[in-house]
Amino acid sequence: MVNTTVNLCGIDLTNPVIPASGTFGYGLEFAKFYDINCLGSFSCKGTTLEPRIGNPAPRIAEGNAGMLNSVGLQNPGIDHVVSHELPKMAEVFHKPILANVCGFSVEEYVQVAEKFDACEQVGWLELNISCPNVHGGGMGFGTSCESAAEVTAAVKAATTKPLIVKLTPNVTDIVSIAKACEEAGADGLSLINTVMAMRIDLNTRKPVLKNLTGGLSGPAVFPLAVRMVWQVYEAVSIPILGLGGVSSAEDVIEMMLAGATAVGVGAANLKNPFACKNIIEQLPAAMEKYGITDLQSIIGGAHHG
Amino acid sequence: MLQSTFTIIQSKALTASVQELKLKGDCSAITVPGQFVQVEVPGKFLRRPFSVVDWEENLLTLCVRRSGRGTDILCNLDAGTELNLLTGLGNGFTTRHVTPLPLLVGGGSGVGALYALAKNLTNRGKVVSAALCFRTAADVYYVNQFAELDAQVYIYTEDGSIGEKGNALDALELTHSQLFACGPLAMLAALDANEELDAQFSLEARMGCGFGACMGCTIETTEGPKRVCADGPVFPGGVIQW
Ligand SMILES: Cc1cc2nc3c(=O)[nH]c(=O)nc-3n(C[C@H](O)[C@H](O)[C@H](O)COP(=O)(O)OP(=O)(O)OC[C@H]3O[C@@H](n4cnc5c(N)ncnc54)[C@H](O)[C@@H]3O)c2cc1C
Ligand SMILES: Cc1cc2nc3c(=O)[nH]c(=O)nc-3n(C[C@H](O)[C@H](O)[C@H](O)COP(=O)(O)O)c2cc1C
Ligand code: FES
Repeated sequence: MVNTTVNLCGIDLTNPVIPASGTFGYGLEFAKFYDINCLGSFSCKGTTLEPRIGNPAPRIAEGNAGMLNSVGLQNPGIDHVVSHELPKMAEVFHKPILANVCGFSVEEYVQVAEKFDACEQVGWLELNISCPNVHGGGMGFGTSCESAAEVTAAVKAATTKPLIVKLTPNVTDIVSIAKACEEAGADGLSLINTVMAMRIDLNTRKPVLKNLTGGLSGPAVFPLAVRMVWQVYEAVSIPILGLGGVSSAEDVIEMMLAGATAVGVGAANLKNPFACKNIIEQLPAAMEKYGITDLQSIIGGAHHG
Repeated sequence: MLQSTFTIIQSKALTASVQELKLKGDCSAITVPGQFVQVEVPGKFLRRPFSVVDWEENLLTLCVRRSGRGTDILCNLDAGTELNLLTGLGNGFTTRHVTPLPLLVGGGSGVGALYALAKNLTNRGKVVSAALCFRTAADVYYVNQFAELDAQVYIYTEDGSIGEKGNALDALELTHSQLFACGPLAMLAALDANEELDAQFSLEARMGCGFGACMGCTIETTEGPKRVCADGPVFPGGVIQW
């Protein structure tokens, strides 16, 4: 028997697999395909103070081994999420979730965080300072140490839940930003958000996405994510939720060897609604294949010796 | 919604660019004309959405127009090839309160999408007019299939090379009591702007998932943002902010 339990910032997960924010809605669509209680947890769609429709269409494009999105944080706003989405979600998922907190100012992040903090279903806050698809907020906070630290400290002061800060790969030095967040009080880090990218339509000779750029995710970014998780693991002592391109049980193990305590799965859910269920079911066999009995023991395993 | 494996049993060119695919597999999740499927295309990351043209218990018909790399790959696959499909997606047309003279207007690759609806309505004794609109004679397909259902078929081409010279808007002059349409967005927007009667429009949008999770396909409506894949693809007239 293998043990797939991991502990993320003080909360035990039956397995490390966590559907990534924005690719799992509030869980309801996937609950039509399978019992989502097999998941370690999941991260809900990025939520802002006010409702947002997001960017104009088209907002999906494709790459050779992945996809671009420029959704731009479409969500019904925190009050609607708390009053409508979370109660519906409670019927299909009975474990603590990660609440993905977004904003356009420090005050807005704090207000959204406070409202999620009051929700029993929320286990962790995931502070999204890394969305590449919104203008004047989002990734803006995640690209400098000062602003990342400022918003982290402000939200930390407003919550009793573990605070996981989600980092963008669209920076020259992710390690210094990771360290700034740790010093500002982050209890954990999640990385990576999507990589800023573009496709151009040869017929129209214009970018495919109306927003021009979008965020690349899927298998194409996996090696980049592994490298960043590795580097950040070397520099911080708080747990890491590693994500970016994960699509198999082997990828989960690789991400954990790089330093991830838990592992997010994003784009893979959109291609195959059963992706997370399949990964979780294949995890024990993959562990046995690589001689792993306790998953928690391999975290950062590639760094030692 | 169901994920399952289908096998291509026949692939037939209807025109130089439109291929009719017959697939064997479990169609139990398909319940209403106007729904769609998401097809995993070998070598492509995202699935491709296609309207259900016709279905039986274990037989699915799709009409795929070659419009890029993914559809090209799909149209070149041989009989016997297995494909992974998500079926039973989308709301489909509302057919509960159909008035006596429904008009179906299809443009280009939207023509096939109306076939299952025409079948449903003619089976229920409605006098269906089907206006099939194309660019030119070489693009015309499915006329016989609609005619065999005893629908009154009207062909429109932009260059007048076959049928009436005209487009979808000209079809509105046909006597009708209700409109169902599928085709390019610009065509649907023009119809919506000119139609006073009860209408339903089947839309296309670039999709991430096709089942409501990613917000990739959102459109704006008078009732707020809607997902083409899960709240549509069929929307009533007068609500879409084109
Ligand atoms: C609900 C629905 C029903 C459809 N039914 C049919 C049908 O019955 N027959 C048919 O021939 N076509 C249909 N389409 C359009 C069909 O999905 C696209 O032509 C196809 O996805 C293009 O793929 P590609 O790889 O050839 O093109 P590429 O341009 O190489 O594709 C790149 C990306 O853009 C997307 N994309 C490109 N054009 C469209 C489009 N018009 N609509 C949606 N996504 C697009 C692709 O899915 C892919 O993700 C339908 C679309 C929708 C949304
Ligand atoms: C359609 C889509 C929407 C997303 N929305 C959010 C979001 O609201 N908040 C967030 O923190 N990340 C969001 N992301 C990023 C993912 O959570 C994840 O970090 C990224 O996609 C990398 O993982 P992947 O390669 O497994 O998809 C989104 C990604 C996609 C594809
Ligand atoms: S395509 Fe994902 S929500 Fe419609």
